Amino acid sequence: MKPNDVILNTVTKLAAVIIFTFSIDLFWAGHHFPGGGFIGGLTTAAGIVLLYLSFDIERIEKNLPIDYKKMAAIGVLIAIFTGLAGMIYGDNFLEQTFGYFNIPIFGETELATAVLFDVGVALAVIGTAVTIITSISEDEL
Amino acid sequence: MSFLHFTILLPFIAAIVVPFIYRSFNHKIHTGWFVVLVPVFIFINLLLQIPSISNGENILISMPWIPSLEINFDIYMDGLALMFGLIISGIGALVVIYSIFYMDKNREALHNFYIYLLLFMGAMLGLVSSDNVFVLYTLWELTSVSSFLLIAYWYERKKSREGALKAMIITVFGGLAMLAGLILLVMITDTYSLREMIANVDLIQESALFIPALLLILLGAFTKSAQFPFSIWLPDAMEAPTPVSAYLHSATMVKAGIYLVARMTPIFGGSATWFWLVVGIGVITLFYGSVRAIRQTDLKALLAFSTISQLGLIMSLLGVGSAAFYFNPGESQQLYAFALFAAIFHLFNHSTFKGALFMVVGIIDHETGTRDIRRLGGLLSIMPITFTIALIGSLSMAGLPPFNGFLSKEMFFTGMLQASEVDMFSLEWLANGCPILAWIASIFTFIYCMILLVRPFLGTFKPDRLPKEKVHEAPIGMLIPPIILGSLVVLIFFFPNILGQYILNPAIASIVPDLEKPFKITAWHGFGPELYMTIGVIVLGLLLFVSIKKWNIAFRVLPENLNLNYLYSSSLENMEKRSVSFTNRYMTGSIRHYLIYIFVFVFSVLALALITLNAIDFDFSNYAYVTIYDVGILLAMIVAALTTLFTRNRITAIVSLGAVGYLVVMLFVIFRAPDLALTQMVVETATTALFLLCFYHLPKLGKKVEKVKFKLTNLIVSILVGVTVTILTLVATGHKLFTPITEFFENAYELAGAKNIVNAILVDFRGFDTMLEIAVLFIAGIGVYTLIKLRSKGSDTDEAETE
Repeated sequence: MKPNDVILNTVTKLAAVIIFTFSIDLFWAGHHFPGGGFIGGLTTAAGIVLLYLSFDIERIEKNLPIDYKKMAAIGVLIAIFTGLAGMIYGDNFLEQTFGYFNIPIFGETELATAVLFDVGVALAVIGTAVTIITSISEDEL
Repeated sequence: MSFLHFTILLPFIAAIVVPFIYRSFNHKIHTGWFVVLVPVFIFINLLLQIPSISNGENILISMPWIPSLEINFDIYMDGLALMFGLIISGIGALVVIYSIFYMDKNREALHNFYIYLLLFMGAMLGLVSSDNVFVLYTLWELTSVSSFLLIAYWYERKKSREGALKAMIITVFGGLAMLAGLILLVMITDTYSLREMIANVDLIQESALFIPALLLILLGAFTKSAQFPFSIWLPDAMEAPTPVSAYLHSATMVKAGIYLVARMTPIFGGSATWFWLVVGIGVITLFYGSVRAIRQTDLKALLAFSTISQLGLIMSLLGVGSAAFYFNPGESQQLYAFALFAAIFHLFNHSTFKGALFMVVGIIDHETGTRDIRRLGGLLSIMPITFTIALIGSLSMAGLPPFNGFLSKEMFFTGMLQASEVDMFSLEWLANGCPILAWIASIFTFIYCMILLVRPFLGTFKPDRLPKEKVHEAPIGMLIPPIILGSLVVLIFFFPNILGQYILNPAIASIVPDLEKPFKITAWHGFGPELYMTIGVIVLGLLLFVSIKKWNIAFRVLPENLNLNYLYSSSLENMEKRSVSFTNRYMTGSIRHYLIYIFVFVFSVLALALITLNAIDFDFSNYAYVTIYDVGILLAMIVAALTTLFTRNRITAIVSLGAVGYLVVMLFVIFRAPDLALTQMVVETATTALFLLCFYHLPKLGKKVEKVKFKLTNLIVSILVGVTVTILTLVATGHKLFTPITEFFENAYELAGAKNIVNAILVDFRGFDTMLEIAVLFIAGIGVYTLIKLRSKGSDTDEAETE
């Protein structure tokens, strides 16, 4: 019987939002400031682990119905396909390009294919980290 | 492919067809009847070559095999090759006929038998007629392999397998030595052709590789021809079916070494090393074989030792004959070439009478069920024809008239007496010892021939001691081949010069091409020393044979372990034991030991490189200033690291390891690597958590909190590795040979649109590495998942069983 950790649960609800926001910021900032796919992914994974710690597994799985193994696989595939996409235009494998576009709300914005690659990295990291931690914690020794 | 090539390769072609014939016809007709056509065909074809070759017109036909390497199947058919070819195909045909009656068509796996036999026949024919040394070697090994298969024909018997293995090990050992010798010859002369090697004989004799090549080739010849001390495989090879023993181990394969020595005599003959090695080993083998033969109670073992002895005789004659190459053409050369002639003659004779004797023993075995002379006796009246053949064979082997053995034995004594007169190589005691030893060996030969003749056939018949109940004369088909061989034995005595003119003299001419006149064989030399020696052999031999029971006990005084077989098997056993204990000594199974090897190797390679390249040279001029933060963090790290090493508690070790990790984060911070610092922090946290998890799950059993055991070796190794790596780092950082490529990455904003250089490198400039690294991460994650989720509930042994 699990004790009813009201304080932990409440704090977690708040903290998770902050952690996810921070990790998204780290991810986006990666192009110009410290951060990037790897660290962003790891902090996201940390937020998910925090959820697992304060709530029971069934509830998380109900509200966040994600298969993290598939997530990791999808991440690796995204990284590979962004590399392949360049080849369609006759570039080398993993040749990245970038450009500046005028998008209605954001104004002058830089869009780079490297970010797509970073998405792959982030997904792979999140998926792997959560897979490892949940499989160890669910293990009955 | 010429017709001659077809003739020589025919056995291989036939070997492919045999299983089909066996399957369709064997239930009606014995497969051997089809097989016998092959050697008969070859024999007739080779007979047709006699006129041209006896006129000195040798045949050379080339067939490309690996032209780019100049390895071609070149057939060079001269007198020597022709003589061997005739023996191989002729006795081959007789042996196949004999085997038709010896091997039961319903009980034996005949297709195997005839395929092996045909393979052997083809290999042997190719071996004697090949001019290319590498083709010769290939076929040489093929004879070893097919002989191995034939010896182990009854593979369900342990003794057959052991005998086959022994023969294989010894002959392949010699074969490889011979290959090395042939390669040396090729290196000297730069040709693969035997004829061209003989033409360049001066080049070989002046070379520094002359003696190594000579020794290696002799090793090959001696192992194949069962010379002392490599003779031990031959008696054990008697586990083979008797037709095989008759064919391989008396008439053909064991003469491959003789052939090689005869072929190589023009190259190596005339040197003292060759002369004394071949003569000496030959005489020792002759003596050893004849003495050991007397003790045997198994008829085939007796014949095996007698073969060893006779091969030694031929070998020693070849040795004496090699002195012919010391002289220019003339009187002396003629004199020593006579020994070569005697060798060739005796080789031919031995093939005839030994083949017949083996067949006789096979008949006795087949009809009575045993080969043990202690059980046999009084077969004379039951098997009169077999006895007649045995009489002819053994008296010929003993060297009595009117059989061909008498002629070659007389010539042997002449040769040996000549060896004692050799004054050119100045080894007098050996020269005088040879004829005496040879004479004594001949007495022993006479004795075992008497044993072979008297013990099974004379005396009283003891039917109750024989496994078979009804003992009778062999079927006529089994008798025909030995009858043919036996009549050859007699015919050669009366008309030796027909054989001499058409076969033996061309054979001699292919060894010594510039002889003055061909040799004649005469049965009567007048009252020379040879005749007195023969009379002495007969008289002393008879006396010793009659009194054999009195002095035979003397052999028992000799310790049983003092024989070559014991030496061979014990050295084989020892080798196995030693290598096992050697491997067990360093392959301990302990990972700590392996780590010590690895570390010692790494640091010694690095240290050696540093010292030999004279690289220990520090240059601190480019180093940055040390700040107070660096010193502080380093001190903290040292304390944490030492705590990890010396703590008694595992939790403390894990925590201090974590401390080291966080101090590294601080180092990254002060060395301005924010990305690294962030990542390191998160990763360090995760790994520490995982360590704690592992610690929690340690098994209860033996979970004692104890201090790390101190070991001096570990301390020394770790200090040495640390010191080496430190010196290496200091040396490497002090010397920058090239300007770093960081300037290029400083253009990250223009090239990749990113102000974060680290990230630009990770996802853009070196995105490939990152891609593979996330793949690694993914594989690790899946690995953990499978290890935990997909393991079977039971223990490892259960898993192995269910698979």
